[in-house]
Amino acid sequence: MKNILQREIPETLEGIGELEPFQGAFTKLRKGWMEEKKVPPPNKATMPHSSKMCSNLKEAIIRTKPRNGMTVSFHHHLRGGDNILVESIRILAELGIKDITLASSSLTSAHEPILPYIKNGTITQIYSSGIRGEIGKAVAQGVMPKPFVIHSHGGRVRSVHTGNIKIDLTVIAASAADVEGNSTGAHGPSAFGSMGYAVIDARYARQVVVVTDNIVDYPCVPQAVTQNFVDYVVKVDSIGDPSKIAGGTTRITKAPMDLQIARLAAQVIEHSGLLKEGFSFQVGAGGASLAVAKYIRKIMKNKDIKGSFLLGGVTSYGVDMLNEGLFKSIFDVQSFDAAVSSSLLTNPYHIEITAGLYANPFNCGCMTNKLDIVVLGALEIDTDFNVNVITGSEGYVRGASGGHSDTASGANLTVVVCPSFRGRIPIVKEKVHTIVTPGESIDVLVTERGICVNPNRPELKENLIKGGIAIKEIKDLAAEVEQITGKAKPIENGERIVGIVEYRDGTIIDVIRQVK
Amino acid sequence: MELKLKAQAGSFESSDVLIMVEPQPQGVGRKIELESIVMQQFGDDLLLQIHRDLDAYGIKDIRVIINDKGALPPTLSARLETALKRSAGLQTGTLI
Amino acid sequence: MDTNKKTFKRRTMLYIPGNNPAMLQQGSVYGADGVLLDLEDAVALNQKDAARILVSHMLRYISYEGCEVTVRVNHIDTPFGMDDLKAIVPLQPDAIRLPKVETVDEIRRIIQMVEEIEDEHELPHDKMKIHVMIETALGVQNVYDIASFSARIDAISIGGQDLAADMQLVKANDGIGIDYARKQIVMAAKACKIDVFDTVYVDVENEEGLREEAEYIKKLGFTGKAIINPRQIEIVNEVFTPTEQEIRKAAKIVKAFERNKKEGIGVFAVDGKMVDAPVVQRALRVLEMADIDVAEI
Repeated sequence: MKNILQREIPETLEGIGELEPFQGAFTKLRKGWMEEKKVPPPNKATMPHSSKMCSNLKEAIIRTKPRNGMTVSFHHHLRGGDNILVESIRILAELGIKDITLASSSLTSAHEPILPYIKNGTITQIYSSGIRGEIGKAVAQGVMPKPFVIHSHGGRVRSVHTGNIKIDLTVIAASAADVEGNSTGAHGPSAFGSMGYAVIDARYARQVVVVTDNIVDYPCVPQAVTQNFVDYVVKVDSIGDPSKIAGGTTRITKAPMDLQIARLAAQVIEHSGLLKEGFSFQVGAGGASLAVAKYIRKIMKNKDIKGSFLLGGVTSYGVDMLNEGLFKSIFDVQSFDAAVSSSLLTNPYHIEITAGLYANPFNCGCMTNKLDIVVLGALEIDTDFNVNVITGSEGYVRGASGGHSDTASGANLTVVVCPSFRGRIPIVKEKVHTIVTPGESIDVLVTERGICVNPNRPELKENLIKGGIAIKEIKDLAAEVEQITGKAKPIENGERIVGIVEYRDGTIIDVIRQVK
Repeated sequence: MELKLKAQAGSFESSDVLIMVEPQPQGVGRKIELESIVMQQFGDDLLLQIHRDLDAYGIKDIRVIINDKGALPPTLSARLETALKRSAGLQTGTLI
Repeated sequence: MDTNKKTFKRRTMLYIPGNNPAMLQQGSVYGADGVLLDLEDAVALNQKDAARILVSHMLRYISYEGCEVTVRVNHIDTPFGMDDLKAIVPLQPDAIRLPKVETVDEIRRIIQMVEEIEDEHELPHDKMKIHVMIETALGVQNVYDIASFSARIDAISIGGQDLAADMQLVKANDGIGIDYARKQIVMAAKACKIDVFDTVYVDVENEEGLREEAEYIKKLGFTGKAIINPRQIEIVNEVFTPTEQEIRKAAKIVKAFERNKKEGIGVFAVDGKMVDAPVVQRALRVLEMADIDVAEI
């Protein structure tokens, strides 16, 4: 069957089950409730004054009684510096556990050492918001027997609620914890800031292990994860490489192309009619997307505009804007550098939020629904504004869905920033290889060669034209790009479906086929 | 155009292409070795363009080694032209 | 005075090394008013042929839409100058830029050569403009004669780095040593009623220094400035773009002028200040720099 975006989706898929095709960003939400049943969190009991401490990670994992076919989950707040995921998988493999479903909120370059365990059947399925590098290449080539599932940050919460992701064991790295498992990422030698993605796992996992390199006197404050959800606590020498967990501060790019695109995007935002007192704002953590913040900061100062809140993955640049009084508050589901951790710890208006509050579509209102403006990147965008942020030009998985579709659906103004082509590869094109975010959620595309407004936003187009901004039809831009680069030969795929891309409401927006 | 020497033009920089040409005895034909970071998407186009350009110069016997870092068509043609002119001794440049 | 006449905006001219495909293919997207595709100092001696051929192919392929395209060729007395002209002139970019011109004799020889090439290709002599760079003490002394030599010369430019070297200046970056030359060159340009560009600012990291220099040369009367990094464009454009207050004032003056012209009044007052032809001319220039169509105000 075909979904509403004309992508062919099978009715059932071995290793997943029945698939529900994507029907539009709000079709399911309009009903006002989630149709799928929620699974209850596990019920547990502990005797007073019993100890949760284990002498090492292996002992803790053994005590959780791992078994074949289990699902084990992790957060990716340690980013490129994480040791805990790899170490846990290594231990499970050593114990002879097979057929593991790995549910990490994302996978980074630090996780590449698990590749042998994917190839040898220790790990047979992955749920993640992002997969990159060698793992992304291998899974696209079809090394796993079961299809991987790409979800958004909000969609992951839904999947945990519905039991789609049924976590048997979660191993939660913390930069500070006490003996009962109250834990945080906000301080300690390996501080990494918000633990927003871990909290939901702690609540729903059958077994919860907290791992830290920094046991503090009871009680650990603040508490992102609280003791009533924690089974075991482990002190290790190191949870990872601190320099890769959180580098000092995030710098704005100096790449001329990114800066130029960011400058144009800021002009678009300035004239959109939405940059006004009390607006809320989110940008990505790198490249052109973060650079937009630099120009917005300048405009806000010139026009004396104060915003309401910054959302999302937070960089030191956002913290600077908070400290300058440009925004009243930051809601932080994931922090990107050391300066952010200290702000999270000390500034009461810098607030740690869970992935559920951040972006879960099925509750009484996530924060992405309150967003006015978001700036997002793209690996590819097509002439219907559908965006690919997951597969690269050769068909391998090399990106992350992250909060892309969550924020795009919620924001009043969703701006996609990207170059029109990279090297010789067209970015703006007739058809993207994989859809992650539907075009209906994207309002404007900003490239170095032209700005395009989604036809479903005529009033936005009018505002921009009034502001002196030249608008191009996206079909014309795609044609212009093709004239420069030539027409790229499409990726040659096999028939076998190796992965699926879940929209935030749980429907299937696209599938990823085996790369030949 | 009569090729006399081994010659090269271009670089390994992104969006550039390094082209080496080597004269071949009459009747050997064209030996083209192509490597490209956009092989899957543009490999056929690159080969086609090289042959078309060589046709235009009337060159039948040549060895061409191409290492492409995503060059656009004008860059490919320019680097080939430079390498050929260097090989024919019509211009100086970096020779090997 | 025709208030509807428009000319090219030339606040920022971005130098692009002629042997760099990545930069050549993106040159027009950074918001500079013009691009200077460089075959001269930005190209290594053993790559002059490669750059010349690359720029020739790029000019035919890439649309630099919205950008004035100028190619800087090598000096005619170098081993590369003639070949550059033979390759570039037939492609008729908006302009060619001639470096290190010192004497009238040189400019005569170059223009003669350019026009011979144009004749060979049956091209007109008045389409492609010529920009002359003054980069030596001798050039500064001869600048008016050079600039006024041909009607094709529609801009002159100071080359600060080479001039400082020619003047044997030890510390060149503060601009003191080349200050006289700047003013002399501006005056020659104004006497010829052509545009005049300032030299590059080499310290890319120093944004404040760039802004100060741009403000200074704007006061001296320069039309715009050559740029060596896209990151410098925004600052210089900002300096050369009139403020909203300046625009409002200019619009008021031009409106009053149009009104009074119909009634045959030449000199009048706006906000208590006398307005005559030069004031109107300056106001028109302000609107032009702000991209405001006189017909629409």
